[in-house]
Amino acid sequence: MRLERRDRPSRLALLAAPLAAVAVTLALSSLLVAWAGAPVGRAYALLIEGGFGSRFALTETLTRATPLILTGLSAALAFRARLYNIGIEGQLYAGAIAAVAVGGLHGGSGFAAPAPLLFALMIGAAMAAGALLLLGPALLKSRFGVDEVVTTLLLNFIVLLAVSALLDGPMKDPTAMGWPQSVALQDSLQLDKLVPRSRVHTGLLAALALSAALWALLRFTTLGFEIRAVGSGARAAAFAGMPVAATAVKVALLSGALAGLAGAVEVAGRTGYVTLDMSPGYGMSGVVIAMLAMLNPLAVVAAAVFVAGMLVGADSMSRAVAVPTYIADVIVAIALIGMLVATLLTQYRIRR
Amino acid sequence: MSETLELLASAPFWVAVLRIATPLILGTLGVLLCERAGVLNLGIEGIMVAGAFAGWVAVYQGASLWAGVGVAALTGAAFGLLHAALTVSLGLSQHVSGLGITLLATSLASYAYRVSFPKVDSPPTIQPFAPLAGWPIPVLNAQTALTVLALLLVPLVAWLLMRTPLGLAWRMVGENPAAAEGQGLNVAALRYGAVMAGSALMGVAGAFLTLSAFNAFYFNMVNGRGWVCVALVVFASWRPGKALLGALLFAFFDALQLRLQQTGGGAFGLELPYQLYLMLPYAMAIVALVLVARRAAYPQALMKPYRKGER
Amino acid sequence: MTSAPLLRLQGIAKRFGALLANDGISLDLERGEVLALLGENGAGKSTLVSILFGHYVADAGRIEVDGRPLPPGQPAAALAAGIGMVHQHFTLADNLSVLDNVMLGTEPLWQPRSRRREARAALLQTAARFGLAVDPEARVAALSVGERQRVEILKALVSFGRKQGARILILDEPTAVLTPQESASLFDTLGQMVAAGLAVIFISHKLDEVLRVSHRIAVLRGGRLVGVLPAAGADKALIAEAMVGRRVAPPVKQRRAAGDVVLQLQGAVLRGDGARPLLDGVALSLRAGEVLAIAGVAGNGQQALAEVLSGERALDGGTLQLDGRPLPARPREWVAAGVARIPEDRQAVGVVGDLPLWENALLERYAAPAFARFGLIKRRVARAHAAQIVQRFDVRGTEGGGVDTVTRGLSGGNMQKLILGRALMSAPRPRSTAAGPPRGPGPAWGGPALGPAGDTPPRLIVANQPTWGLDIGAVAYVHQQLLDACAAGRALLLISEDLDEIFALADRIAVMHQGRLTAARPRDAWTLAEIGLAMAGTAAPAEPRHAA
Repeated sequence: MRLERRDRPSRLALLAAPLAAVAVTLALSSLLVAWAGAPVGRAYALLIEGGFGSRFALTETLTRATPLILTGLSAALAFRARLYNIGIEGQLYAGAIAAVAVGGLHGGSGFAAPAPLLFALMIGAAMAAGALLLLGPALLKSRFGVDEVVTTLLLNFIVLLAVSALLDGPMKDPTAMGWPQSVALQDSLQLDKLVPRSRVHTGLLAALALSAALWALLRFTTLGFEIRAVGSGARAAAFAGMPVAATAVKVALLSGALAGLAGAVEVAGRTGYVTLDMSPGYGMSGVVIAMLAMLNPLAVVAAAVFVAGMLVGADSMSRAVAVPTYIADVIVAIALIGMLVATLLTQYRIRR
Repeated sequence: MSETLELLASAPFWVAVLRIATPLILGTLGVLLCERAGVLNLGIEGIMVAGAFAGWVAVYQGASLWAGVGVAALTGAAFGLLHAALTVSLGLSQHVSGLGITLLATSLASYAYRVSFPKVDSPPTIQPFAPLAGWPIPVLNAQTALTVLALLLVPLVAWLLMRTPLGLAWRMVGENPAAAEGQGLNVAALRYGAVMAGSALMGVAGAFLTLSAFNAFYFNMVNGRGWVCVALVVFASWRPGKALLGALLFAFFDALQLRLQQTGGGAFGLELPYQLYLMLPYAMAIVALVLVARRAAYPQALMKPYRKGER
Repeated sequence: MTSAPLLRLQGIAKRFGALLANDGISLDLERGEVLALLGENGAGKSTLVSILFGHYVADAGRIEVDGRPLPPGQPAAALAAGIGMVHQHFTLADNLSVLDNVMLGTEPLWQPRSRRREARAALLQTAARFGLAVDPEARVAALSVGERQRVEILKALVSFGRKQGARILILDEPTAVLTPQESASLFDTLGQMVAAGLAVIFISHKLDEVLRVSHRIAVLRGGRLVGVLPAAGADKALIAEAMVGRRVAPPVKQRRAAGDVVLQLQGAVLRGDGARPLLDGVALSLRAGEVLAIAGVAGNGQQALAEVLSGERALDGGTLQLDGRPLPARPREWVAAGVARIPEDRQAVGVVGDLPLWENALLERYAAPAFARFGLIKRRVARAHAAQIVQRFDVRGTEGGGVDTVTRGLSGGNMQKLILGRALMSAPRPRSTAAGPPRGPGPAWGGPALGPAGDTPPRLIVANQPTWGLDIGAVAYVHQQLLDACAAGRALLLISEDLDEIFALADRIAVMHQGRLTAARPRDAWTLAEIGLAMAGTAAPAEPRHAA
């Protein structure tokens, strides 16, 4: 069996690839549903309905999608530059803690200042926290050739432990009756609801805006050009005089900042405080979303909504039918692999 | 300070070190085999989870402990087969394929566990491997057979790689696959074999957790140890002997922080939060990686897919 | 009673997409003969032997060894039939030893122990038999190119384990990386092989060599076998014409008086990882309108010199002056100062394959005011510039996508034309309104007529192996463009391993060896033997001997 490069992938193939991947995914996952003893058709119907079928479902999905868009953008940007940032989870938590540190209720942490200024400082701190966290591994990679996959992965554990220590100690909420959660964010800093009586908040608008901004950055600006060139041909970019090392640093800062922002947005929009389980794997999901979107910032939104819909739908489905919620994770993992294969087949033909 | 020295001189400490090191040894050997043949396998974290679950559930269903180990190895090999198909035959990015496998394996294991045991308050248990009582060697006789297996595998893998034709062929496909093809060898088959064998070892590493170290399956059992193995392989310069050393070193720090936690966190008279101790091993792994990476002699064809006939 | 020829190919055909690489080729090879496969780059020689060796499967045709059919597509079958191949790009593992490389594939994979002692003995025996000295325990990374080639040859010749030494040896462009003296030594070895009864297929595009070493010559052109004739008494001009299909006109070269000094290098030192510096006190000077060629075998510092002269690396010692001023090691400043750079590896260093053509055309100058403002790229201007380059420099392969064609899809020759055009054509003036009509006939590169603001038209061209791997048409085109540029007053520094190219283009030639550069002498003051000696760095003369 041999792979032969196609001359030009057709537009049709490029559109059909994600759809084919999703179809294969649902087919394979149905086997798992059947194994659990549940009726496949009904289970899928409940899944779709639970994710998208009602006003409540849609708002829940969009709420879940908001941080996923941001982590997806973070991963997409980094991966474009061949920087495999698997530490998004840690950067998210770092951003969340930084946000609470700046904007928390006085008496616990944080300080008094006019709300708009404080808000800006809070966001800035969160983005800086995420950015700095990724800067280390990125520099280690460009200076010493240390593989960033392992360093960012291991940093996740370290960051989570640090957050845990902070939540047990200096940032603990004294009114939370011993439960490890942080001091709450000041009311004036929390994000408004986008849709009344739902959890969707204005963070979603910010995420959508950033997605468009990132797309424009990559397509129209010199920095975007540098990122794309360095990412796919670093040697040629260096020969042409592009600042390869500086570009890598800029990408690391931007990617980390987006992840930190995701943490801040979650705190300010959904939870109001930091707990150890506030992110059910948003970081890793961000990586999957970026791959599903083929690293395209606009497609990240669609991929994030899809993944969020699966997660929310699975929660709802598992209440009605005896299928464990982990089905959502399985679906996403199979979709990722399916997407990779489908994309490959648009570029290559299989020959005997 | 003297408490620390006392600690180091006590046998139970070293028993713990060897016990903690066992899955690391197995996992690192597994990654080593894959990478020597030129394939980065980031699926290790997920394969360890899947191996832990598969081995345990087989024993729970009535199989013998060694049969459980075998099931875990087969499970690992199956995921290795998938990873090889994606990276060797299809030439997908090894980073992404590996991460996808980790996600898939972890989620499948979690799903399977929940389907098999829908409503349980505490995890069901099995009868794990018993310590090898009756062996004259002091620290070793508190270990189980799997630890001995892991220790024996180190010289075995070294022999395999350096002194057999198969090992030479594996090393060659990791350095210059065109050379191997030019001598009539099947590069794809060799890489498939190495990845599956390495992944089988990873599965056994996971099974150690549920069949020997503990006796039940918990959701966050592996907790990053798979990634540590990936770091340890670089630290070991892709040599089995140094892999053993690295695993023992890491386990030493891990055991140390466990003890320090238990004795109230007063290593140097300071009251430190326990999380700081938990961080130590991971931080150490990063430091080790940084120190070694500068002079790392990577297998030259690592992470480069080989397309037959593309010159 | 006729016995079957040792090797017979019948009607071999192979197509790669639109390209018909081999078109019904039939050949015979007898024992004890050296058959040369002669043809220019892209004629189909490498494809044919790859099919023979089993790397590819032919679309049609059959192969017989000693009258027995050869199963296609399996190197193992070819090896078992006694066919051995020394590839153009060495297939050796740098991190392993010579013995490891030779032993690969000789023993069954399920054997529990490698018999290294016996293998070492067999290796040394074969080495002695053919006069190829090697150290079995040496790490390949530490060997010179000539030594590595010896290991490649021994790999094919050694009999050990279940592997029989080759009876038919294929050598794919073996002299591409050797000095003339090393080539002579290789030809000696060939003579010994032939005397021992082996048959050799010798692939080359160098006519002189082929005439010297072979018994018969098979000429390939455009995938077809054009003719097979004995080497003795062959008519060079006729063969050359058969190779190329038309009369080859040497590039038109006008003699001009040299102008001012454009480039001056003195005492240049560049340190590397090893003990020896990459550049060890190199001095050269180059005037406008002249061509200075740097000859030398690969790996003697040419890459370092090219990097310094492309603005990629700064010197550790010595001075470098362009138009009398030193320049920092920033490629963008070099481009702006008027240095046109053509890198050695067009696919990996010249272009970013995944990007469209117009973005690659923009790669070096995207930050210039002509192409970007406030951090935004002026897409229309950039695309128009790229369209001009495509038109002026005859870049083909853009039918479907125009300037949006993905650069990876271009052929080597067209990629090189793109790189050439990008380097030679300076940016348009920043405040120009959108792409006007193309400028009238004249130099294809920016001349005074374009009068850029802040962007100097090229004064110096640094070309590193500019025609490596190109077919004859592309080679002629590139050479003509370079010479025309010189005729218009540019200076050209040519780094090449191809002595034919050097002799065709150069005014003066200097030779690089182990980081040192000889004095540059006029082309006519060099003989081939002198250049060969300089390339090898030895003073001892070697008498080239003729092969059997």
